[in-house]
Amino acid sequence: MSGTYPGTPFPQAAAVSTGDRTLRANLRHATHTIRAKRARAVAELEDWDRLRAAGAAIKDRTLRHLDHYLVQLEENVTRAGGTVHWAADAAEANRIVTELVQATGETEVVKVKSMATQETGLNAALAQAGIRAYETDLAELIVQLADDLPSHILVPAIHRSRAEIRDIFRDRMADWGRPAPDDLTDRPADLAEAARVHLRDKFLGCTVGVSGANFMIAETGTLVVVESEGNGRMCLTLPDTLISVVGIEKTVPAWKDLEVYLQLLPRSSTAERMNPYTSMWTGTTDEDGPRSFHLVLLDNGRTDTLADHVGRQALRCIRCSACLNVCPVYERAGGHAYGSPYPGPIGAILTPQLRGLASPLEESLPFASSLCGACYDVCPVAIDIPEVLVHLRERVAEGGETTVRGTRTVIKPARKHTAERIAMRATGWALNHPAALLKAQRLAARSRRFHPRRLPGPGRAWTDTRDLPAVPAEPFRDWWTRTHGGTA
Amino acid sequence: MRVGLFVTCVNDTLYPRTGRAVVTLLERLGVHVDFPMDQSCCGQPLYNTGYRHHTEPLLLRHAAAFRDHDYIVTPSGSCAAMVRDNYPRIARRAAFEGRGSREVTALAEAAACTASKTYELTEFLVDVLGVTDVGARFPHPVTYHPTCHGLRVLGLRDRPRRLLEHVAGLDLRELGGAEECCGFGGTFAVKNAAVSAAMGADKARAVTATGAHAVCAVDNSCLMHIGGILSRDNSPVRPVHIAEILASTDGNLP
Amino acid sequence: MSTNTSRERVLARIRRALSDVPRHERPGDHPVPRDYLLTHGERTPQESVTLLAENLADYRATVHRTDAARLPALLAELLDRRGHRRAVVPHGLPQGWLAQTSIELVPDSPLLTPRELDAVDCVVTGCALAIAETGTLVLDAGPGQGRRRITLVPDHHLCVVRTADQIVDSVPQALRRLDPSRPLTWISGPSATSDIELERVEGVHGPRDLEVILVDGDPQALTPPA
Repeated sequence: MSGTYPGTPFPQAAAVSTGDRTLRANLRHATHTIRAKRARAVAELEDWDRLRAAGAAIKDRTLRHLDHYLVQLEENVTRAGGTVHWAADAAEANRIVTELVQATGETEVVKVKSMATQETGLNAALAQAGIRAYETDLAELIVQLADDLPSHILVPAIHRSRAEIRDIFRDRMADWGRPAPDDLTDRPADLAEAARVHLRDKFLGCTVGVSGANFMIAETGTLVVVESEGNGRMCLTLPDTLISVVGIEKTVPAWKDLEVYLQLLPRSSTAERMNPYTSMWTGTTDEDGPRSFHLVLLDNGRTDTLADHVGRQALRCIRCSACLNVCPVYERAGGHAYGSPYPGPIGAILTPQLRGLASPLEESLPFASSLCGACYDVCPVAIDIPEVLVHLRERVAEGGETTVRGTRTVIKPARKHTAERIAMRATGWALNHPAALLKAQRLAARSRRFHPRRLPGPGRAWTDTRDLPAVPAEPFRDWWTRTHGGTA
Repeated sequence: MRVGLFVTCVNDTLYPRTGRAVVTLLERLGVHVDFPMDQSCCGQPLYNTGYRHHTEPLLLRHAAAFRDHDYIVTPSGSCAAMVRDNYPRIARRAAFEGRGSREVTALAEAAACTASKTYELTEFLVDVLGVTDVGARFPHPVTYHPTCHGLRVLGLRDRPRRLLEHVAGLDLRELGGAEECCGFGGTFAVKNAAVSAAMGADKARAVTATGAHAVCAVDNSCLMHIGGILSRDNSPVRPVHIAEILASTDGNLP
Repeated sequence: MSTNTSRERVLARIRRALSDVPRHERPGDHPVPRDYLLTHGERTPQESVTLLAENLADYRATVHRTDAARLPALLAELLDRRGHRRAVVPHGLPQGWLAQTSIELVPDSPLLTPRELDAVDCVVTGCALAIAETGTLVLDAGPGQGRRRITLVPDHHLCVVRTADQIVDSVPQALRRLDPSRPLTWISGPSATSDIELERVEGVHGPRDLEVILVDGDPQALTPPA
């Protein structure tokens, strides 16, 4: 990734992207394709709800004792020949990785798709140090070649159609290595073949690999990467040096726990019984794979998230992206509107927590949902995303206690919400005084002939696209009093 | 059995027709309905916008208004969901905040007592009264939109459909993408107007494609949104609350 | 060292963040319900073999069934059919398996570079076990399986599974039999991607051809013909 996400608040960004017909069509096609497949893959397992409950509980157990499990993980990785580094924030993680690469004398690295390094902006940091990072996941490759930004957790180039991808390959592959064949078509199989040929040389020649991990097992020190294309296996096994940057919340306590996640993740993510390749490694192995293995444990806002006892459930996330694929808001707004590598419903609760309510963008994200609950339904670790959204809305609207870079602070309500807060207080008062409310209802009923079809000011947001209902001649309670005598 | 009608603030103010239909329907089924005048809004708009603390007095008021009732029946999936799902949550949050024990106890008791006896109308008909044929007649093509909170929070499943299938003359049309949100979402509709309108436009298109003359749901707020778009597009399809269809015996489109 | 300080800082942040967790709670105390199923459905061993074959085929692996006596002939046929000239062979692969093929056998070795491996047509291995419900082969770098890279770089992978003792029904059963200290590779079909419009396409960086041979009897006992 070379660019950075613009800090435009969600409503403004989404107002633009929602009008992009190509984007809308691409997203609709892709998300609807995967939705039905996921439902079928999940329906195959009669114990899905029980696996889901176990998946949530294992993560909760881990989070409640994260210090214990991280220390255990560190011990076991070290014992197996790996080296563990700790990074409190993105800059520190990037510095550690850069120094490790520099120590090898290499100026190129091959990368497995990793959310953690997207989050830290590692590629840009490496580029500053004169190190070129080659993204090897097909979708990440598309994004990198197009100088674009990821818009989906699983399929970062989901916003691109096959025809656009063909054009990107034709125009840009030569800048990064082997050019695309002249007769490249837009058949997905041909595009995959072009990526294979383009990246082959990089895999065979590169001596440093950079990855993330889906799971880290504390009791054994084992790391797990779940993938499809084989680019992960290439990066994890061919180089001499492997550097894995992993969020601290990816820890699970025991080997046995994988039996839950290896059933939940593939079906939720790519809608498969099992993804094509899963690699598991514990430290280093003589004469098989990297001789040197470094694990960089990343905080970068995770401990702040952990400090919020409602919001911490977001750390259960296993990055399957099922919530994106069912989200009606994501489907229309697209991933870039969420302003971070974590788009969709999970992004709307993760970004404001990892970064804090640092700017109008983060403040807008908890409101980027109709609270329809489709995300919670499909979440394989039962993250109650609507609950966390509402909780974060409260933090924006009312302020309150939060943790920023490890320090507990009380934040003030967001400035933009002052007028709303006054209005809500007034509404709350009126609703708690039915007599006053009734007066307002009657006033509205009496003046109904004069109600405009289109409202001025903030009301325009409704009437620009929707008619208002006609106000009735009398509110219900007046009818009741008239006909039933106002009992009770 | 004391049955209290919780009409909801939206219906009280904008859709009294729906409240009247619930009364008509329940009285026809032999239920004595009561309407406590002290009731107000359940607090959902405040709560979902982030004003939990402003919601608490409304929670207490709501519980007090229906203190003596065995059942609270409401023609709104989302207000029922607010009471059943969020009231207990509000009480738990107050406890976690370490507030005074009297305050916490009052909220917890109010939440527990209202949550356990609140029924969305179709639930009350099917589960409590045990009826699916309510003796209605509505000879029109109708499509049904399952609203999100009814579908996912309450788990209404096929209750509304079973009731509609027994309405004389009603021609139930399948709605494409039925389980997708219409885009209303309370203040979402104005805070994220562009996305809300895009979702609503897709829903309205699916509704129109059924050829139905009316789209019904268990929530008038969603129907206000869908209907607002249909009306702006000069569509002939009318938004009608399911209670009005189930109350109907003359067969007229309201 | 700065990361040492960061280690302490991160751990301290975690402990502060968890102030709501009761002091007496031990890591194992938080309950995890494990009432999910060990396997999905009851199967005879033969039904498990059939399910494995179906699921492998569903993800575009080519599946063959044979018995121990006929394995060498089948392998020879599969290798010759494609005109392969060189196959990489891991240590510990029963010698008899490839006794009937005439192609050049390249023994797995740490000295083999990725580029040299890329010049080999195919690889023949056994496996640690296979999972019927998911159509998965698991390799643990043990005898007859070799280093991880040999089943990755060559474009054609022939994998032999003993039906008598290597097939389990489910993921939980598989994990119970595997040793986490070994490097493990789980393979479910040839490499694939869903990155273009979320449609699955087989064949990206890993072997584009995966052929699985399910062998009845004990192919371990095969000895080279005299």
